[in-house]
Amino acid sequence: MLCRLLFLLASGVMLAGRAQAAEADHVTASHAWIRLLPGELPASGYVALRNNGVSNAVLVGAHSKAYASVMLHQSTQDAGGMDRMTTVSRLAIPAQGEVSLAPASYHLMLEQAASPPKVGDTIDITLDFADGSHLPVAFLVRPANAADAN
Amino acid sequence: MKLLRLARLICLLTILLASLSMSACHQDQPPPWQLSDISGHMPDLSFQLTDDQGKTVTAADYRGKVTLLYFGYTHCPDVCPLTLAHLHVVMQQLGKLSDGVRILFVSVDPTRDTPAVLHGYVSAFDPHAVGLTGSPSDVEALTKRYRAAFTREPGKADGSYDVSHSSGIYIFDGNGKARLLATPADTQDKLVHDLHLLLSPGDTT
Repeated sequence: MLCRLLFLLASGVMLAGRAQAAEADHVTASHAWIRLLPGELPASGYVALRNNGVSNAVLVGAHSKAYASVMLHQSTQDAGGMDRMTTVSRLAIPAQGEVSLAPASYHLMLEQAASPPKVGDTIDITLDFADGSHLPVAFLVRPANAADAN
Repeated sequence: MKLLRLARLICLLTILLASLSMSACHQDQPPPWQLSDISGHMPDLSFQLTDDQGKTVTAADYRGKVTLLYFGYTHCPDVCPLTLAHLHVVMQQLGKLSDGVRILFVSVDPTRDTPAVLHGYVSAFDPHAVGLTGSPSDVEALTKRYRAAFTREPGKADGSYDVSHSSGIYIFDGNGKARLLATPADTQDKLVHDLHLLLSPGDTT
């Protein structure tokens, strides 16, 4: 009896969680673009994210049919002027706040393209959030030497 | 009362004019460089490497050109392309003068960066960019010459790895003398300004 009650309670919590969860629902994406590099070199993906929700939305990764490997990275520079890339496992977008994946900062490292992308293509990449929700975003493919922030 | 006000106005105007002419005097000798002046603090450009056409080249091959030396690697999808894209904009702003400039992109990852890979990479950014690679010891010698450290980060399970590297852009005049150091934080305008000065015939090197 107690077991059943706990089970009901647990599933109730889960349902409630699911009903209001969906971090992705509160996040809007804009200025999504990919800097395309020649040959099989890794490309980078950038996007501005805004969280309109009342709690943090935590980006934990991304995936795409167009690339076998999509990783969330951060470029950092230390005091000695050394550039370094590190893998980011969690990136919180604060409630009512914004986080940009932008050059020389957070970015998606895109490797092993299913077919070679071309400048002008749009590529679908799905952003994955900590609560298991997803946000599909269309990224515009731009040339290697694109200099403005799109 | 009115007269007093007029007198005060004239007084103010005189001070304003005086300060204007003084600042004009200052502008006669402005600090010429907007980037960091490294003249005399870094050795002349010197190397023997392989260019992206597969040809052995030395610093002497670039005499007569202002050279922008930058260390990077092609499997760097974020910061290296950003720097090269900025340099491309600088080249565009220099217009015809850019023919007197070469961007020397030296790979600190010579194992993966063959001349062919480098050729595709630099060509995607700017026609004035040259990719340079060589034996690990030749590349290391050049980075040490300019105190531009780099390290290969521990590899990942799939055999891929990242390389940390210095982000400075070393600028040499047509005689191969080290003149300026730019960082990625420096604006394109500063680079354009200083390259104009270096490229102008009046520059005494």
